[in-house]
Order: sequence, then C-alpha cells, then structure tokens
Amino acid sequence: MKKVVLVLLMVLLILPAAFAGGQADKPDTGKKTVNVFGAFVDEEQRRFEEAIKPFEERTGIDVIYEGSKDFETLISVRVEGGNPPDIAGLPQPGLMTNFASQGKLVPMWDSLLETVNTNYAPVWKDLGSYNGVPYGVFHRVNAKSFVWYPKKAWAREGYEVPTTWDEMIALMDKMVANGHTPWSIGIEAGGATGWVGTDWVEDVMLRIAGPEVYDKWVNHEIPFNAPEVKEAFEIIGKIWLNPKYVYGGTNTILTQSYTDSPRTMFDNPPKSWMHRQGNFVTTFLSEDVQNNLEEELGVFPLPGIDDEFGIPVLGGGDQFVVFNDRPEVREFMEFLATWESGELWAKAGGAIFPYLNQDLSAYENDIERSLAEALVNAKVFRFDASDLMPGQVGAGSFWTGIVDWVNGKPLNTMLNDVERSWPK
Amino acid sequence: MTTTDIRSEKRGVLASALITLGRLGVSLFVPIVAFGILWAGFIFLRDSNASQAVIAIVAIIWGVGGVAMLFWVTDWLVNRAPLSVAKKLQPFVFVGPALAILAWYLFVPTMRSLYLSFFDAQSNNFVKLDNYIFAFTDAKMLESFVNNLMWIVLGTGGAVGFGLLIALMADRVKLEKVYKSLIFMPMAISFVGAGVIWRFVYAYKPAGEDQIGLLNAIVTLFGGEPQAWFTMAGWNNVFLIVILVWLQTGYAMVIISAALKGVPSSIIEAGRIDGASEIRIIRSIIIPFIASTLVTVSTTIVIISLKIFDIVFTMTNGNYGTEVIASMQYKQMFRFYHYGRGSAIAMVLVIAVIPVMWYNLRQFSKREGF
Repeated sequence: MKKVVLVLLMVLLILPAAFAGGQADKPDTGKKTVNVFGAFVDEEQRRFEEAIKPFEERTGIDVIYEGSKDFETLISVRVEGGNPPDIAGLPQPGLMTNFASQGKLVPMWDSLLETVNTNYAPVWKDLGSYNGVPYGVFHRVNAKSFVWYPKKAWAREGYEVPTTWDEMIALMDKMVANGHTPWSIGIEAGGATGWVGTDWVEDVMLRIAGPEVYDKWVNHEIPFNAPEVKEAFEIIGKIWLNPKYVYGGTNTILTQSYTDSPRTMFDNPPKSWMHRQGNFVTTFLSEDVQNNLEEELGVFPLPGIDDEFGIPVLGGGDQFVVFNDRPEVREFMEFLATWESGELWAKAGGAIFPYLNQDLSAYENDIERSLAEALVNAKVFRFDASDLMPGQVGAGSFWTGIVDWVNGKPLNTMLNDVERSWPK
Repeated sequence: MTTTDIRSEKRGVLASALITLGRLGVSLFVPIVAFGILWAGFIFLRDSNASQAVIAIVAIIWGVGGVAMLFWVTDWLVNRAPLSVAKKLQPFVFVGPALAILAWYLFVPTMRSLYLSFFDAQSNNFVKLDNYIFAFTDAKMLESFVNNLMWIVLGTGGAVGFGLLIALMADRVKLEKVYKSLIFMPMAISFVGAGVIWRFVYAYKPAGEDQIGLLNAIVTLFGGEPQAWFTMAGWNNVFLIVILVWLQTGYAMVIISAALKGVPSSIIEAGRIDGASEIRIIRSIIIPFIASTLVTVSTTIVIISLKIFDIVFTMTNGNYGTEVIASMQYKQMFRFYHYGRGSAIAMVLVIAVIPVMWYNLRQFSKREGF
C-alpha cells in the first residue's frame, strides 16, 4: 500500500509540471493578443520587444514574441501540427515559399500592399512574393558585403582603405611584407558550418558576373558548376588557400567559429587585419571594442571587381508572414511595414532597416548609419543566394561543398557534387 | 400441471429477459458514463480559462482517476462476461493500454514513415523507389554507411573489449568498487553533454596561441605541431568513436562484471589445479561462461552505434567526412524538408536495427534477463 501511495505522490508531483508548460501559452481573455514567433533570441529579442512597445501602447494590443534557436525546425512542426503562430518571422525565403505553396499563409491585403509599395524598394516585395503574390514584410535586415578592420592599428601602420579589388590585393601583399596576416576567416557554425564561405562566393559572383547571371545561378538556369561560379571560387581560393593571407591557414578557417574570428583583429599586436562579414559582426566583438566602436572599428565595402557592376550589396533578413487573419494581426503587420517599428531598435543599435523613408540620424553609431545608407542607396541589392536555393543545396551541399573544398577536395569535383545534389 | 406453474415459468422467462436487458443496459451505460466523464475532463482542460492551479488539480484528478476508472470499468465489463471468455480477455485489460500506446506512438509512425518514403519532398507525388535509390547511391549516404560500419566495429569492439578487460582486472584487485564507479561515471552523462566535454579535449588553435584543447596542449608540450583533429579525414571518425567507447565502457563493464561473479569458482579452481595459466582460464572457462552476456552487451551497443547521432551532431555535424545515417536522416528531414528521403533513410535504419534487436531480445529471454 505504501508503494501505491508513493507512486501516486510522484504522479501528483510530475503532472502539474507537464501541464503547466502547456498552459503558460494561453492568452488572457479580454485583451487582444498577437503571437509572433521568430528566430532571434536574447538581446535581439529584447530590442525587438522594445521597438514594438509604441504600437502596444497606442493600440492596447498585446504582442507576445517568442524566439527560438531551433526556429526552423519548430515552425514546420507547429504549422504541420495545426498550431501556427499568428505571425512568424522567417529567416529563409525558402520557408516562405514552402508555406505559401501549401496555402498556409495569408496574402498581403490592399492597405498593407500600399504601405509596402511606398516604404520599400521593389526588390523587397519581390523577395516576399510567391508566384507573384506578396506575403512577407521585411523588418530588420542585414547587409553583408563589408570588410571590417582595426582602425587604430591601421592608422599606426599607415594602411589605407582600398577602393578596387587590385588595390586590396596590393594592400594584402604589403601586409604580408610587413609580417602581418591580412585576413581572419572562420566558417565553423555548428549545424550551419560553411555559410560564411557561401557569402564570399555570392559577393564575388555579383562582382564578376553581375546580378542577372547571379539570379540565373540562384534559379538553376545556369548549372552550379558553370564557369562563372568556378571563377568566383578561384578568386576566393587565391586568398583562402594561401596560408600567408589567412591567419592559421585552412585548418583555422574550418575550425574557428565565425563569432570568434573577428576578435583576432583586436589582439595586441593584431593577429589579423581584415575580416569580411555582415553588419551584425559588431555583436561578436569584445565589450571593450563595442564600447568604443567608432574609434576601434573601421569598415569599407568589399571592393568591386568589374566596373560594370559597381559595388553590389549582398544581404538578407527576416520576413514576417501571417498565418491567422484577425484585425489585430493585420494592424500589427501594417505597423511592421513602417519605419516607426524600427526606429527604437536603430537607436539601440545592432540593426539596420530597409525603409526608404527612414531617418538615418536615428542610428546609434556612424557605422550602422553608413551601412544603412549603403543599403538604401545600392544600385544592386541581392538576397543571400544560399538562402534562396533549395535547402538541399543552400543549406546542404553548398555549405558542405565549401567545407570539403577548404579541406582539400578538388574544385571541379566539389562543384560537380553540388550540381548533382540540385533537386530535379 | 397447473396453470400457476406455467405462469411462474412465464414470469421466469420474462424476469431473466429483463435481467439480461438490464445487465446489457448497465454494461452499456457504465462505459458511456465513464467515457462522458473523461471527455468532459478533456474538454475542460483544453478550453478552460480557469486559473492554473485549478487546471493542474483537475489534470491530476483526471489523469490519475481516469486511468484508474478506465481500468476498473474494463475489468468490471470483462467480469460480466462468462468465465471462459473473461479468462481470455482478462490479460488484455492489463496489457491492452500498453499495447495501444505502443501502437499509437511506435507502430503507426513507423507505418507512416514507410508510406511517406515512397513519396516526394512534400509528400504529394508517388515516386516509387527513388528515395531508396538515393539512400543507396548518394555519395554522402555511402560515406555514412562506411562510417556507421566503423562505429559498429570500433565502437562496440572498443566498449566491450575495454569493459571485459576492466571487469576481469577489477575482479582481481582491492578497491574494486572505487575503480568500477569511476569507469561507470561517464554513463551518467548524456551524449550531447559528452560532446560538449570532448570539444574541449579536441579544441584547436593555430600554432603559437595558447592551446585550450587538452590533446593539443599535450602535443605542443612535447614540441609537436597542434593538430585540427576534426579535419583529419578517416581519423576524425576514430576520434568521435572514442567518445562512445568512453561513454559505454562503464555499461559493458558493469554487466560483464556481474556475469563474472556467476562463474563458479570451483571450475576455476579446478583449472588452476590442472596447471592452466591465467590467460588459459580466461579463454577456456570464463569467456564461454559469460558468452551470452557478451552477446547481449554487444548487440545493445551495436544498436547504439547504428543510431548514433548526438555525438556527430554536436562535434562535427557530419562535416569533414564524418556523416552517419542518423545525421543524414535529420538533415533531409529538418534542414531540407525532404520528407520522402528522410523517411526512406529512417526505414533503412529500422531495417538495419531489426535483426540485431531480434537477436538481442532472443538472448534476453533465453537468459531471463541479466
């Protein structure tokens, strides 16, 4: 009998925990709520919540944001299970097309479409569309075609910002002659190892072949092992595979995490002198550097190669899509399409926004201001190709292809492997 | 014969008919009421906006009481039936719920995976055997088959080999319990936890920097060049398998050690008197005695090696040529959203595990446990 009582007691203890988890999500009655599910967490989540406060205060609608690092897995599970959030912030356009093709998404309604048409460059609406029907609204975006450098150390050595690719190579050779290692590159990113490399390839593709060939490459109208792609890899290989140019050589490229790699620029003396990464790089730097960002960190756009295409900007961003059509959900989406929803985050730092009518003076520092300016003014903006390609390639063989290539696989074999993996 | 007799007989028929009807009614009524109560509880839990405390209490009563009620009602129903039928039905009252849960959570999903494995990425179009052709021809898949074989051979061999060795040696020394506890301890660590720990063992920094990785710290201490262990093709698999061996040796040791205690000392004594060397005794007496235990332990670890995922996922993510079947399945399913291929790979894994599992269970029942 004692045993039975004990077992019952244990069940009593365990059950509430199991049920409490499920109950926590239940909204309070009476107040209108909008559930938003997204991929950003921690500090970024706090800044997003801060940025949407004016909306909550003005309308009395409670916006509950939930972020998860396993967003991409969980959102599919939730949608499949018939329990989608009201709004989701999708980091990959592939997810949007996936859900749109299944008819799970609510297309943009007229008033939202109007706001988007006035506030964004056309490229953003196209990126949020499937079969010509617009679904996604972009909010915080990132721009990736930038090279970062330790400002003080550069000034000490008299290095100057290169404006062409050749100038950049000359600068690299000068650094090597001075006993310096020009680049720090790290592509380790857990389950996403390799993506840093895909960004390099995309940037060089845009610079040597231009946006039209780039689009064809993304849509598989030219094969993955096309000569342009091979050329892009060869240009990168001249830097990456030369141990004089990259700190630690290929082994460090493979094993150094992308968040750690920019830090070596701020060692004393610097172990590396340049790092190519998106605007979000600032969050990876040490607190000392972050506190004096403008004095410590310099930035220039990755130079162009072919004059015809200028200096294109590569980037990405989370697009917000609607699963449940309710008036308060619509209201919040329309808010997200306006600069007002980004202003407070821009002031807090760590984000840039694509709104055409944004107030650049709101940005917290000069660096982000200049990036936002470059983004709004860029003649050519293209979305991260690996995010647009089918998952098999863009989050699969392209990533592993980069890893294998850096680890010694011949370029042709690797390109053919990736081409073969493209779904028919 | 009087009229009263006939009347009473008639009444008897009527009464027994009524009783049967009543019984039938009750038999139907009781389950319906029981079901109604359970359903009401479910609806309340799903839709209610009551405070969490109330919901938790209702959930407890509903959960525990519901199970008890279900059991009691079924048992009661079965007991209504004639004895011969009741005897046959009774066992199912006890194993029925377990079977039902197993079917719902194991059998149905497996069948669904089998079904999905013949369809395309979105499960819309029938693609015949395409997904299986992919599973047996794709370069990364072939790589993962070879790697899994390596995991089975080296992982199982290592864990059982070391387990046996340590069990034999621990049997012969003082402080046996202390040594065994130390070896057993990694068993308490999850695979992901072990992955995190071993990342620090294998960590790599370029030459000239402080090596935070234990292995590279040792290498550089003796003047060697630091190595990026994970990128060394072929060897990196071995470095990962070491982790499995580290985790599973304790398990093998404990069970083998228990079997060792069962070897009759009189036979060993007899062997010694006959002048057999210690090695000979181990080979010719101890090993045959514990053979079935060795088989059980080996098959268990073979199954673990077959479905190995966590270690690879946390350490290399399948990069640098360390892909295994389970990590390929995860990638197809959750990164590429190709449900067809993911399911096909899952089925391949299931089919590979079944013979080992069957053999394992047969050994189990032969020995009636350990």
